[in-house]
Amino acid sequence: MSGHDEQEHHIVSPKVYLAIFAALLVLTALTVAASFVEMGIFNPIVALAIAVVKATLVVLFFMHVKYSTKLTKLTVGAGLFTFIVLVGMTLSDYITRAWGRW
Amino acid sequence: MSSATIVNLPDQSTAKIPKMNYLSKENGLLSWLLTGDHKRIAILYLISISFFFFIGGALAGLIRLELLTPQSDLMATDTYNKIFSMHGIIMIFFFLVPSVPATLGNFFIPMMLGAKDLALPKINLLSWYLYVAAGILALYSMMTGGVDTGWTFTTPLSTHYVNTNVITTGIAIFIAGFSSIFTGLNFIVTIHKMRAPGMTWFRMPLFVWGHYATSILMILGTPVLAIALVLVVLERTVGIGVFDPAKGGDPLLFQHLFWFYSHPAVYIMILPGMGVISEVISTFSRKRVFGYTAVAFSSVAIAVFGFFVWAHHMFIMGISNYSVLIFSLLTMLVAVPSAIKIFNWAFTLYKGSITFETPMLYAFGFMGLFTIGGMTGVFLGTSGTDIHLTETYFIVAHFHFVMVGGMLMAFLAGLHFWWPKMTGRMYPEKISQLAALVTFIGFNLTFFPQFILGTLGMPRRYASYPPEFQVLNVFSTAGATILGVGYLLPVLYLTWSLKYGEIAGDNPWQATGLEWQTQSPPLTENFREIPIMDHEAYDYEWLERQKEKEVASVG
Amino acid sequence: MSDSPVMTQGVMEAAKHAHPPYQRHHFESVAQQADATNFAMWIFLLTEIMFFGGLFTAYLILRNWYYPAFVAASHQLNIGWGTGNTAVLISSSFTMAMGVWCAETRRKSGLVLSLVLTFLLGLVFLGIKTIEYSEKIEKHHVPGFHYSVQSFVNPASDPDSVAYGDKPLAMDMARKTELYFFLYFAMTGMHALHMIIGIAILGYMIFRARAGAYTNGHVTFVENFGLYWHFVDIIWIFLFPLLYLISRHQ
Repeated sequence: MSGHDEQEHHIVSPKVYLAIFAALLVLTALTVAASFVEMGIFNPIVALAIAVVKATLVVLFFMHVKYSTKLTKLTVGAGLFTFIVLVGMTLSDYITRAWGRW
Repeated sequence: MSSATIVNLPDQSTAKIPKMNYLSKENGLLSWLLTGDHKRIAILYLISISFFFFIGGALAGLIRLELLTPQSDLMATDTYNKIFSMHGIIMIFFFLVPSVPATLGNFFIPMMLGAKDLALPKINLLSWYLYVAAGILALYSMMTGGVDTGWTFTTPLSTHYVNTNVITTGIAIFIAGFSSIFTGLNFIVTIHKMRAPGMTWFRMPLFVWGHYATSILMILGTPVLAIALVLVVLERTVGIGVFDPAKGGDPLLFQHLFWFYSHPAVYIMILPGMGVISEVISTFSRKRVFGYTAVAFSSVAIAVFGFFVWAHHMFIMGISNYSVLIFSLLTMLVAVPSAIKIFNWAFTLYKGSITFETPMLYAFGFMGLFTIGGMTGVFLGTSGTDIHLTETYFIVAHFHFVMVGGMLMAFLAGLHFWWPKMTGRMYPEKISQLAALVTFIGFNLTFFPQFILGTLGMPRRYASYPPEFQVLNVFSTAGATILGVGYLLPVLYLTWSLKYGEIAGDNPWQATGLEWQTQSPPLTENFREIPIMDHEAYDYEWLERQKEKEVASVG
Repeated sequence: MSDSPVMTQGVMEAAKHAHPPYQRHHFESVAQQADATNFAMWIFLLTEIMFFGGLFTAYLILRNWYYPAFVAASHQLNIGWGTGNTAVLISSSFTMAMGVWCAETRRKSGLVLSLVLTFLLGLVFLGIKTIEYSEKIEKHHVPGFHYSVQSFVNPASDPDSVAYGDKPLAMDMARKTELYFFLYFAMTGMHALHMIIGIAILGYMIFRARAGAYTNGHVTFVENFGLYWHFVDIIWIFLFPLLYLISRHQ
């Protein structure tokens, strides 16, 4: 447990940024390419999975979360959690409406 | 009963208000309008929310007058619709949501943490300006025709069937929402980053815990309301169709988005009040709050559960049966942390040295009325009974018990409790005890008959009703008159006390919070030097030792 | 708790006599100030997540209800422009990240260059978006009075629909394409609004950076702006597959 005052400021090196930048471009190309392949139900799943990977890379490295305090990680987690509650609980109503009455 | 008191005032013949304090530091209107001082911003907020409270109160008076007789005779029915809509909008968005957080929270959170200010003073001031801008816009829309959708902006009524100022009111609430987001953001950052040395999480007063939970709800819920209102405004202006069944949209989607905020908003309105009650109960029974950790975590639990129950406002709107079942069960979960709080306060009182100063009277009012309000909430969360009771006066009585009987009592408890710290002067005790009593009686007379009216089947939101409901409505209107007197009294005697009240000294209540260990009214920087927290919260023995030390050093 | 403000006496002493001009009076130290503002920025981004959350929810629900309409309507978007814009925005995130690095390592000219590049890439993104919007206006695909379902009830009349081999939609389903375009404009419009705000702040930062701000050790503002810019990038990372890609087949 180190007080925040003593905590040193982590500077991410440009090499990391460059690697992430390249990875993001590759993933963009990949997701576009994947959209041209017929995968049925897996098309949206693959596209969103790649988007999640890209977003994670941006959050971890460009936004320095990998090097940040637990508090920042918790904050990101809280946002994600509430977002999932909003979408998930709302969709649960729409999905079960189709089941009809009991 | 009233002979026992813990009030300990300095010798009035020699006591003086400290020359240097946050009020006297700078003078002139600009020094207030451009201030970064959280205490001055709290005062600005206090004045503005009181203004809106009395506008909302006047509208409530008009509603009760109209309901005195079964016919709609005082005003036309559509005027009545506008009046109750504006009453709801003003009371919720311009009074209850900012009431305790923006005034007492703003003033005392930094002081309780031993900080000089909130983390972001300019954002704090911005939040007040947004509030004022939103308030002016809401008043403007009221003057130029009003809005008659109810405070819930129910679609498709608000998007297709009314021709009133939905757009301007919607924008006003959107702006007020940002004001509330900025307040919440400021609190969270302050509580995490600005605590004084030694002020660990479990040494913080429960008031701060309550506000922490509130702030979580403010920052995560309010944006969803904002987008819902943006979509309503877009629906009315460009006809986007997301909520329009004719175009394939779904009006229920609005309900989901709206209640995703507006259910947690209920906790935004009550949690700070619960924080106040914890402070008051502890101080006036001279005991540490029973089960401190449980009370602290129950605030956070209410905040978290609050996001899982919103669809209980939609049971009769055509959501799926399975959702009704799930949301009904989840709703019961919220009752648990609320009950934890009530039981812990009751145990705090047990074997305490209780005294009955005004804040304590209001706190007792809170405990009783909030319990009734909360228990009737369980009726409404149970889907079976909800189908009978919803949209009747039962629901009106339920949320007034929670909001007025709960939050407003808590606000008045807190205002009296910290008045000596904010102004340096005591309020007059006898008349304020009377006011607390009048409020309690008036409140019960106003709202208890409405429970009965609701179970008998009187629907809400109508200007006229069948004649057999008149007796109970007359009771209710009579009670509202008494309640009005109960709310006017504090305005009069608190204003009076600004000049003529007794000098309070640093710590008239012998309370333990850090805010009491400095002069009243406080310095702009709050403390002469940053305090070091070396004891638990509500440690009355520590306070005794401090006093002994002082006596020894003076002697 | 890793964030509890345990301050040794020494740190407090040190804070008392070294007060850089950018330290606000109510903070004990510059580190506390930087920490607090950084945290505040993250909280603000949380509110942004929830703000866009409402739109994403609406999109998911309505896409499931009117699947054929949403598929046909999304075929009207140009994947070329979309991919190009994704690359532009990712590049601008990269230059922004480099800008933060330059500020941290006190490279003034590097910072100004990075900010200018970010600024320009932001403008390129908006330029491409304008081209896409004007295509929609020409084809009467902007929701409202002039909305036309021609491309969906009679796909043969529209080269974009022909390219995908779209089948004609029944009139009531074809009307639902308007919902897709509304959500398209609401989501990309809200995103573009965030870009415009960001570009305006970038302009101000370039101006300040040339005067030597941000490279004197006080980098909070650049870092926090970087967070905002990357967040706007992330929104686009999700909008791109949802609006452009996932309905290419069917």
